[in-house]
Amino acid sequence: MKRFDLIVVGAGPSGLSAAIEAAKRGLEVVVFDENEKPGGQLFKQIHKFFGSKEHRAKIRGFVIGKQLLEEAAKEGVNVVLNATVIGLYQDKEVVVKIGEEIKHYKADAVVIATGAAENMVTFPGWTLPGVIGAGAAQTMMNLHGVLPGKKVLMLGSGNVGLVVSFQLLQCGCEVVALVDAAPRVGGYGVHAAKVARTGVPFYLSHTIVKAEGDECVTGVTIAEVDEKFQFIPGTEKHFDVDTICLAVGLSPMSQLLKMAGAKMEDNPRRGGQVPICDEYGRTSLPGVFVAGDVSGIEEASSAMIEGRMAGVVAAEYLGYIDETSMGMELEDLEKALDGLRQGMFAPKNRGKAIDKTEEGIDISTNLLKKGYVAEEEIERFPGVTHKKGVHPVIECTQNIPCNPCQDACPKKCISIGSNITSLPIVTEDCDCINCGMCVASCSGQAIFLVDEDCGDGTATVTLPYEFLPLPEEGTKGIALGRSGKKVCKAEVVSVKSAKAFDKTHLLTMRVPKEYAMTARFFKVEK
Amino acid sequence: MNSVNDRSRDIGPFVPAPDDDMLVCRCEEITKGEIRQAVHDGMWTMTEIRRYLRAGMGLCQGQTCSRLVKGIVARELGVSPAEIEPATSRVPMRPIEMRIFANEAKEEAHHEE
Amino acid sequence: MSERIAEHPILGVQEKGKIVSFSFDGKTIEGYEGEPIAAALKAANVMVHRYTQKEHKPRGIFCAIGRCTDCVMIVDGVPNVRTCITPLKEGMVVQTQYGVSGKPFDEQ
Repeated sequence: MKRFDLIVVGAGPSGLSAAIEAAKRGLEVVVFDENEKPGGQLFKQIHKFFGSKEHRAKIRGFVIGKQLLEEAAKEGVNVVLNATVIGLYQDKEVVVKIGEEIKHYKADAVVIATGAAENMVTFPGWTLPGVIGAGAAQTMMNLHGVLPGKKVLMLGSGNVGLVVSFQLLQCGCEVVALVDAAPRVGGYGVHAAKVARTGVPFYLSHTIVKAEGDECVTGVTIAEVDEKFQFIPGTEKHFDVDTICLAVGLSPMSQLLKMAGAKMEDNPRRGGQVPICDEYGRTSLPGVFVAGDVSGIEEASSAMIEGRMAGVVAAEYLGYIDETSMGMELEDLEKALDGLRQGMFAPKNRGKAIDKTEEGIDISTNLLKKGYVAEEEIERFPGVTHKKGVHPVIECTQNIPCNPCQDACPKKCISIGSNITSLPIVTEDCDCINCGMCVASCSGQAIFLVDEDCGDGTATVTLPYEFLPLPEEGTKGIALGRSGKKVCKAEVVSVKSAKAFDKTHLLTMRVPKEYAMTARFFKVEK
Repeated sequence: MNSVNDRSRDIGPFVPAPDDDMLVCRCEEITKGEIRQAVHDGMWTMTEIRRYLRAGMGLCQGQTCSRLVKGIVARELGVSPAEIEPATSRVPMRPIEMRIFANEAKEEAHHEE
Repeated sequence: MSERIAEHPILGVQEKGKIVSFSFDGKTIEGYEGEPIAAALKAANVMVHRYTQKEHKPRGIFCAIGRCTDCVMIVDGVPNVRTCITPLKEGMVVQTQYGVSGKPFDEQ
């Protein structure tokens, strides 16, 4: 039986990271992945990641995927695809289906990085063709280049539901509504806001009554629910759709660990059945480690750090590094991970209703209910300031771990400070040169460059634009407000594209000056 | 035996509900009503439900419905889903044709001690 | 109703490779070699992949990553093939699956 120092199961962000760190320290590593392509969900993630530089912030998920694969190849990691691990035994025997054969391998250490599976909900008609998981939509549009549907209703306002809704818009689908039974938007406010301002209505405290159609989905009915999640009669709303997308959470795929005899627990805060493990991924079985969503649902950014930790502890377990150097390396990784686990969306705050920011500012209630910050709420946030000439308006209103905007400004006009969850502020002596780097750097697409008074009764608003076709200079259309509703007529002044903007185009539109602080999206009028 | 599985506990009679015909296990086409009835027939664990109804025993091996079935059983027993013992995990983790499952790689079998 | 994404604002124009023909329930359809059978069918607006054994209900793509097994069809005579993860090849014969058969229920 072929023996490896380390077998990693799953070539997603955590598995690849574990393999890279272990291989760097001299271990012979093989990674098995059941999919045809490596990278896990990274290649379906086309938005810029949050965090700070050490978390690969500002880089799009699929680019991070490419980077990890290159690093893995450089370190001599053997990634075997179409290789389904069907069994894991206590003595670290790994049974893999490769092609049409069953193969047995023995490892001195194993990292399980199998990730998560999507949760589903039932409603009449949920088995109809056209009802799909949000992951399926991402797979179809971002991996295979096929539209999941034309008119889509999204169920779920967590980050997956919000991000996938935006992706659907980006490939030209119409998202008729974003629905969630919860009374508050579950994901980042900035993700919600970029969807809402394109005109997608949010229905919180609503859920699906039924999917309609005989052979496939032709429509959907939703209704409002009370605090006990019971439908309120008379609140039904119908939409003609061909696709219903479900984004209602993830569960760790931990069955291999259970099979191997690892101690398990059912932990709702971590998403379901998870192995009991320490902060570095050591399970109850010596030499068996875990990393990523399999041990608790989080973001890809934290999965990568967990993977690196597992790689380091596996190297120490097999004697490739000593305890002291492991301790030093883990300390840095812990700091990086801790940085991501701060703010109002931190795992420790899951399920808590947070009403104030760390700065003591009231959270926008409209953002939580409708997906956008109301006009009367926006002025209270520190990134929203006024001055003569072009200046940044930062509509970042929740404490999330992210700081690329701070480094993006060559004039140092934007400050977050050492605590990466702090709300960005525009400095007093801001000397904005209208370069647009801040707009393009903001993973949440929450920064605008505004000239509130151009002197001729108009104002200009520069916004991040990631859609096709790109409107040309001089195009006349309408400006939409944060709510996605028309606020005024607008004309495109310029559309700037640059390599440094990484496919986020900077669209500048001219609007009457009274709309400088309300116009936030441009739409060609049909 | 944990208290969840204390079969002397009275869970009350089966009360029909309007959504009993909701399909839960997509592969084996098992409804919510069938699962609820099975609990009243004495099937209190995921393993028992699987063997009694085949819910979660189809092609996908419970990938989609396990969590849903667990929730229904828990509610019927009046406990938290976290208290319900998950079904046994066993080889193979994915649907595999028997001809492949039986096809152990020959070359490597030689090297076995 | 469905179609392919010609140019994506972030991913650009995706290289798809060679166009191949395959048969779906007797009709000839084109798709790209190596893409999942399900992607080619979706691009050709095929929504129903099978009808279930017990209730004869239609099913199609649900998870698209080989987990849920709802998209199984009969491919080259073999039933229960997960079309979302099976690469398309020239000349494949793909059939709607009724229960586990290629024949509609009234002919079984």
